[in-house]
Amino acid sequence: MAMRTVTIASSVGLHARPAALFVEAASNTGLDVEIARPGEDPVDATSILGVMALGATFGEEVVLTADGDGADAALDSLVALLSRDLDAE
Amino acid sequence: MSASETRHGIGVSPGTAHGPVVQVAPPVRPPADEPAPVDAEAALADVKAAFETVAQSLEARAATAEDTGQQILKATALIARDKGLAKAAGKLIHAGRGPAHAIAGAVEEYAAQFEALGGLFAERVTDLRDVGSRAVAAVLGVPAPGVPQITVPSVVVAEDLAPAETATLDRALVVGLITEAGGRTSHTAILAAQMGIPAVVQLPGATEIPAGVHVALDGDAGEVTINPDPALVEAQRVRGERRKEALATHSGPGLTRDGKQVSLLANIGGVEDAVAAGALDLEGVGLFRTEFVFLSASKAPTVSEQADIYRRVFGPFGDRRVVVRTLDAGADKPLAFADLGPEENPALGRRGLRLTAERPELLDAQLEALAIAARETGADVRVMAPMVATAEEAAWFARRVRENGLPKAGVMIEVPGAALRARDVLAEVDFGSLGTNDLAQYTMAADRMQGALSDLLDPWQPAVLDVIAAACEGADRAGRPIGVCGESAGDPLLALVLVGLGTSSLSMAPSKVPVVRFALSVHSLADCRKLASGAREARTAQDALEHVRQHASSELTDLL
Repeated sequence: MAMRTVTIASSVGLHARPAALFVEAASNTGLDVEIARPGEDPVDATSILGVMALGATFGEEVVLTADGDGADAALDSLVALLSRDLDAE
Repeated sequence: MSASETRHGIGVSPGTAHGPVVQVAPPVRPPADEPAPVDAEAALADVKAAFETVAQSLEARAATAEDTGQQILKATALIARDKGLAKAAGKLIHAGRGPAHAIAGAVEEYAAQFEALGGLFAERVTDLRDVGSRAVAAVLGVPAPGVPQITVPSVVVAEDLAPAETATLDRALVVGLITEAGGRTSHTAILAAQMGIPAVVQLPGATEIPAGVHVALDGDAGEVTINPDPALVEAQRVRGERRKEALATHSGPGLTRDGKQVSLLANIGGVEDAVAAGALDLEGVGLFRTEFVFLSASKAPTVSEQADIYRRVFGPFGDRRVVVRTLDAGADKPLAFADLGPEENPALGRRGLRLTAERPELLDAQLEALAIAARETGADVRVMAPMVATAEEAAWFARRVRENGLPKAGVMIEVPGAALRARDVLAEVDFGSLGTNDLAQYTMAADRMQGALSDLLDPWQPAVLDVIAAACEGADRAGRPIGVCGESAGDPLLALVLVGLGTSSLSMAPSKVPVVRFALSVHSLADCRKLASGAREARTAQDALEHVRQHASSELTDLL
């Protein structure tokens, strides 16, 4: 199982537009991607409501996990996405 | 309804418009007598199909919407396709709920989670419930709620509009807005003014006007004519044209006919507003509301996070003035990280400066971040505190501002007590700014959120004018400038009165600056003073307005 830790760079947190962009990208990987606060229960990264209900704010760390072919590459691209201020773009 | 009929509401966004009515359908709720499903699998398939219908209709609307609206609609479509939502509805169906109740119940489960998170997350509840209501309509086979698809330029009519609904309106096709509820300072009013769509709120019987009926509206006078005479539409159109021409002849700083300077400033509430207003012909910002920086966070934002945001707000204004109002939160706008608990009277409770007095570290972090951003952008940053009632509070605030290296401190004058003692309060700081919405609310003891009390909240109320006059007199004796940053500064007739009473800056929705600039240019300071004393001599709000309308220059009133 592939795993990455990343800090949320969007100034409004993982919410609204940033959350929508992230969920869209996670769905496009075709893999079972999960997102969690460190040490907490993960939620389905392809569920916009699940991701928003996580309530991750600017500067917070989250853990991404995925299984299957291409999981490492998929997580790298999601990490790159979360490292940008998606709200400002 | 074929005869022409004119009704009066409150004009909240200037300009004239006419077109066929499009009625916004109210939300759909599950029927109380919905039976339990006979076949759970079939019921679940119906629910999934309903969510899919909603997602597709939202995506279809997104395809034709403008930028911001498109993003909101796409994100809302994602909600409709959410696996978690379908799963939660499935559980409820297996527990014996009918499809409509299962959808509504699943939505409420998530809504409760979002509301618990607070801030911006809680705001998304409106979108979530909108998806739920649309899916319930789809599963019941009734028309979808909300703004229907618009194909020709139309006047949108609603009981009231949700923020997301207002934000996603197509400016090219929505020529006017009318609501039956709402008030002078409601969300619809503020957004419509920012988007430059003429709007009238509080129009009696608005939701009963049949769809397709032609109406003409005047967002300055608050007048709506059903089945208007073509001559009236033409007269309105001509007046609109004339106004456009007249306003185009003036530009630059605000000046009365005899050259008294009155700064024309914008009210803004975020980075997007700052970018839009920064590009306009105005002298800076008279009110930057900073709440959005805090309401979105589950823990206090750090100094460097805040400084980043403030830099982006100050940047578009170059070396122009930006007046920042420090955090104005409290029981009605609770912060996840500084909630002092519920209060019976939030408007009279620990809000504004009273909240930051209990949590001074919040204020210090904000001031430090503002000082950093001011230094780095070179903007003329001035900081003011909300909800100041006494000279001691003003002195406490001014000391903290100066200790953080910011040169200019001011206070909002929105508590009648501070207005009456403005001389002592303003002696402690560098400037004052009248918040006329709250000042009217507290002077008349009328809740701003109560649409039914709009008459009492009218800033033309002679008592409100008296309190403003007292504040201006105190400011003059203290030798401090005083301005206005409430919505009343954007009313050209009232702006003349405010200048006549002694204010030297007016801050408003940016779309209202041109007409106020024109109003000042055709009156001398002596004219403004005469209008102000005439308004104060009136017995009622209506008489005060009428007096000024009668005695202001016809160069202005012909355009209104």
